[in-house]
Amino acid sequence: MIDAQQLTKRYGQKTAVDDLDFTVKPGTVTGFLGPNGAGKSTTMRMIVGLDAPTSGSVTVNGRRYARHQAPLQEVGALLEAKSIHPGRSAGNHLRALALTHGIPRRRVDEVIELAGLGSVAKKRAGAFSLGMGQRLGIAAALLGDPQTVMLDEPVNGLDPEGVLWIRNLLTSLAAEGRTVFVSSHLMSEVALVADHLIIVGRGRLLADTTVRDLVREAGGDTVKVATQHPTRLRDVLSGPGVEVIGRVGSEELQVTGMTAREIGLKAAEHGIPLFELTAKAVSLEEAFMDLTRDAVEYHGSMTGADTSGSTA
Amino acid sequence: MSTLTATPDTPESAQAAPAGPVYRVTGRRVLFSEWAKLWSVRSTWITLGLGLLFLVAFGVIAASHYRSGLHSGRPMDRDFASATAVSLSLFGTNFAQLALGVLGVLITAGEYSTGMIRSTLVAVPRRLPVLWSKAAVYGLVALVVATFGAFVAFLAASRIVSGTPIAMGLGHAGVARSLLGAGLYLGLVGVIGTALGALLRSVAGGISVLVAALMLVPGLISLLPSSWQGDIDPYLPSHAGASMFAVAHDSTTLSPAAGLLVLLGWTALALAGAAYRLLRSDA
Repeated sequence: MIDAQQLTKRYGQKTAVDDLDFTVKPGTVTGFLGPNGAGKSTTMRMIVGLDAPTSGSVTVNGRRYARHQAPLQEVGALLEAKSIHPGRSAGNHLRALALTHGIPRRRVDEVIELAGLGSVAKKRAGAFSLGMGQRLGIAAALLGDPQTVMLDEPVNGLDPEGVLWIRNLLTSLAAEGRTVFVSSHLMSEVALVADHLIIVGRGRLLADTTVRDLVREAGGDTVKVATQHPTRLRDVLSGPGVEVIGRVGSEELQVTGMTAREIGLKAAEHGIPLFELTAKAVSLEEAFMDLTRDAVEYHGSMTGADTSGSTA
Repeated sequence: MSTLTATPDTPESAQAAPAGPVYRVTGRRVLFSEWAKLWSVRSTWITLGLGLLFLVAFGVIAASHYRSGLHSGRPMDRDFASATAVSLSLFGTNFAQLALGVLGVLITAGEYSTGMIRSTLVAVPRRLPVLWSKAAVYGLVALVVATFGAFVAFLAASRIVSGTPIAMGLGHAGVARSLLGAGLYLGLVGVIGTALGALLRSVAGGISVLVAALMLVPGLISLLPSSWQGDIDPYLPSHAGASMFAVAHDSTTLSPAAGLLVLLGWTALALAGAAYRLLRSDA
């Protein structure tokens, strides 16, 4: 359980995190999304007390992180890729961290195996590939068997097998009732594992929602229907799980919960002429882009003015 | 979780807390962790070895030089005119202090340059135990290595100069105190290096300030009016330290005990600065 209240971090003139309020609940995977520079890493650093908030607060399981007797047992964190001394072996790195908490050697060996580092545990961590470094970071995060697991861009630099491993790991950790908080700037990656989404841009909270709601709000799975008799069609289509939205006096309706095919058949059955029947396929990626467009810190120059995805 | 540990072994709590072991950060454990970190990187072994080598080798070289100068019949170098067996054998402290001080800087500033500090402070978010542990562990190691080196250097050098007018044994008044003083001085220089590294968070910066404080500032002070010099000079870290391991003292130097106190003062100052920065600024 992570609870942020009016969390704010300023570096001089620049506000990295701006008045964030959110809660990360146990038992699910919560995705922390935002474009580069949105303040995700800063927020995560504040959660584990590396950075002090300018104002506001963030607690873990009801207390500030530093106030816990065994911090590694509360939160296991993977921060920016390498938080290790390159000259120290992976095993020695983990053992040194374990010593601070009285975590037994057996547990160190366990996480080494779990992260698939068994064969390289004696190698200098500086010689590790990016993916191996990530695995070592995750092994360190799991060392204290923590209630909350927080990973900053965990799939960066991982090969497909590693990506799959992370996905399975995250879902199994959540299934065990743990709080899982994962940041990413890639919606597609997060959508595969997360149930809940916290989306930020320029340090501000843009959405605190679920994957399903986000898609629905962005108009995904909706079908646009134009007809001469919108009121009749609405009555015909209405049913459990179906939502029909339309403005008074307009021929257009937005229908969610039915496919274009079903709507067409229903309309034909009742003899209602349709002028238009368009399935609006909005991908999560587009929903995310829509939400964060204004908040993107570093725009590349676009060749086309329109990036709404209508050409796709 | 912590409330559950108060009522152990009841079925309810066992059910509510299936996590099993309850860990806890303690000062002693942080100390063990820093001990393990110190010995699990190669630079520790190399730099301590260098420090030891400097201490012994330069002592032997100085003693040999003295002996050959004595037998050559030429007038004695000025440096050697007031030499004692102890001062010759501790000739290497100048060089050993660099090695041991630099390792001190590496132990703290190195964590910032590698990123290790994030792992360290996430494990011990109260932070200060890390600084105290690093200073204590390394100070002790530097003290032991330097004291050992000083005694070895003296035993070797005194054998070389035996039979000359400055020959001394371990039993001579002040010899053992000087050698222990040298070990203590180098141990404290190690702690000062550790503090400077934590204060500046940069290996280059820490080493620069260390070298400046130990070797450059004494030279600059000599440019000041001589009436000021007498007031400042003995209190510089290197001169206060030198009075800890000099056999003979005069009116311009501090007594060994006063020298130790002054150096402890400098060490405390550096540690206080390091502690302030560690607590106050983001890692």
